[in-house]
Amino acid sequence: MKKGAEANLYLEEWHGRKVIMKRRLAKAYRLSQLDSTVRAQRTLHEPLLIHRAKEAGVPTPTIFMVDLADSNIIMEYVEGKQVKQVLNGLSPKEKLLLCRHIGSLIGRLHKNGIIHGDLTTSNMVLTCAGKIYFVDFGLGEYSDELEARGVDLHLMKRALQSTHYKYAKECFGAVMRGYARVVGEETAKNVLGKISEIERRGRYVAERGE
Amino acid sequence: MPKTTSRNQQYILGIESTADDFSVGIISFDGKITANIISAFMPEEGGIHPREAARHHAEVAGEVIEEAFKKAKIHPNQIEAVAFSQGPGLGPCLRTGATAARALASYLHVPLVGVNHSIAHIEIGKLITGARDPVTLYVSGGNTIVSAFDAGRYRIFGETLDIAVGNCLDVFGREAGLRQKAGMPFGAIIEKLASQGKTFIPLPFSIKGMDLSFSGLLTAAVELLRDKKHRLEDICFSLQETVFSMLAEVTERALAHTEKNEVVLTGGVGANIKLQSMIKAIADEHNTSFSAVPTEFAIDNGAMIAWTGVLAYNHGITVPLGKSMVRLKWRLDEVYVPWVREAETQTC
Repeated sequence: MKKGAEANLYLEEWHGRKVIMKRRLAKAYRLSQLDSTVRAQRTLHEPLLIHRAKEAGVPTPTIFMVDLADSNIIMEYVEGKQVKQVLNGLSPKEKLLLCRHIGSLIGRLHKNGIIHGDLTTSNMVLTCAGKIYFVDFGLGEYSDELEARGVDLHLMKRALQSTHYKYAKECFGAVMRGYARVVGEETAKNVLGKISEIERRGRYVAERGE
Repeated sequence: MPKTTSRNQQYILGIESTADDFSVGIISFDGKITANIISAFMPEEGGIHPREAARHHAEVAGEVIEEAFKKAKIHPNQIEAVAFSQGPGLGPCLRTGATAARALASYLHVPLVGVNHSIAHIEIGKLITGARDPVTLYVSGGNTIVSAFDAGRYRIFGETLDIAVGNCLDVFGREAGLRQKAGMPFGAIIEKLASQGKTFIPLPFSIKGMDLSFSGLLTAAVELLRDKKHRLEDICFSLQETVFSMLAEVTERALAHTEKNEVVLTGGVGANIKLQSMIKAIADEHNTSFSAVPTEFAIDNGAMIAWTGVLAYNHGITVPLGKSMVRLKWRLDEVYVPWVREAETQTC
């Protein structure tokens, strides 16, 4: 179905259900020892995080089976469209509403110590019922640290800038408003501060001064 | 002023001086490189001291420019504009190159074109390899960037959050007591040692979304050196495998995300055969063409500045002397690139 960078997704029939099979194939370019460690770690880690996210009130696919030896996860197929595909076509008002909703979901994750690790608009699926599912927790981790939260949202900001550059600023603002509603103004402000610190830390950033 | 009739005899001269290399390239408007003279500053020990590198640049500037003219076999009055790397880079080095460029442009009464160093790496890569719309992995001592053109600009799809990959390898090389010589930088020595490594020692594999971090990994590798429990060859091997696998993964992410069908590897670290083979493997897996830019044009060079100067100058982009100050932190995604046409690229 989709050949990702890190894993392949297959749409399959499994015991009468439409499922997604997420298989982390061995990377020939990578040393086998490094390869198997990276794959097994991610295959074990991802379903646990997905489950925790659900407990935190963030829609995620249901996990049906995990096969560590084969680096394979079988999970619910969520019908819908990637936010990446729909965002550019929405009216300005709808865009902001959607982004605010995304922000509140990120807030729920962070409030419960979950870092998604790859917050891009391709990893969010909008269903026809209007629910947003977060998928691909392959790079996620547990952390309550401001640093991790900052890096997580910094990536969201970067993803908006690279794929939805025309209204990235407004969209990210809306994300942060939704986020602040869940985690509180104080935390949101600290995370924003962290994000600008991370940006300054990056190489060749104008704000860092010369 | 229309110069269409004499265009094929007109050239742009480019000056590159962002870091340890001072280089002058001369190129025709149709992309024929007639000179690319590189003078490298090689410190006795330690890293690049910006002031000492700048002193080297100032000392060699005159002769490198002269040599470039000799090599190109052209008269200075055939230069239609002078391009220079305006940033990003080390302040003293950039300023020395800029001073030379300003002097030359004023003397020849031709306009000055300010070029972004990172964009120049991408553009010369495209010219040399024939790629039209690639994902470019640019890895050097100062930069680690995965970039592709999208919606009017080159966008950064992944970059280092701390030190550059070349910097990581250089510092490791120095900590390991290795000595680099001309034509054999630390990266090449590490590559050679790594080829004799057998045992893999786990090191932090730190990818944060699309971005990379090398500083923790470097500390861990240096600690392995101090432990004295492992062979240097094995540490080099593990360092290379880990670092390059990280680069490969981020490149693959960008490729999967943008769905482009060309990958170009450039920058000094791109000379590493192991890295080349990894990126090629990814390209093959995604049915994408792969090219590594030959070292002469992958390392910092004047030809790339001259060529990007041609592209910009053709779109009327010049910079008045008074506004030609260098830009140390100039990101490639800030640059307006009207010469890359939307029609030539696929949108993602």
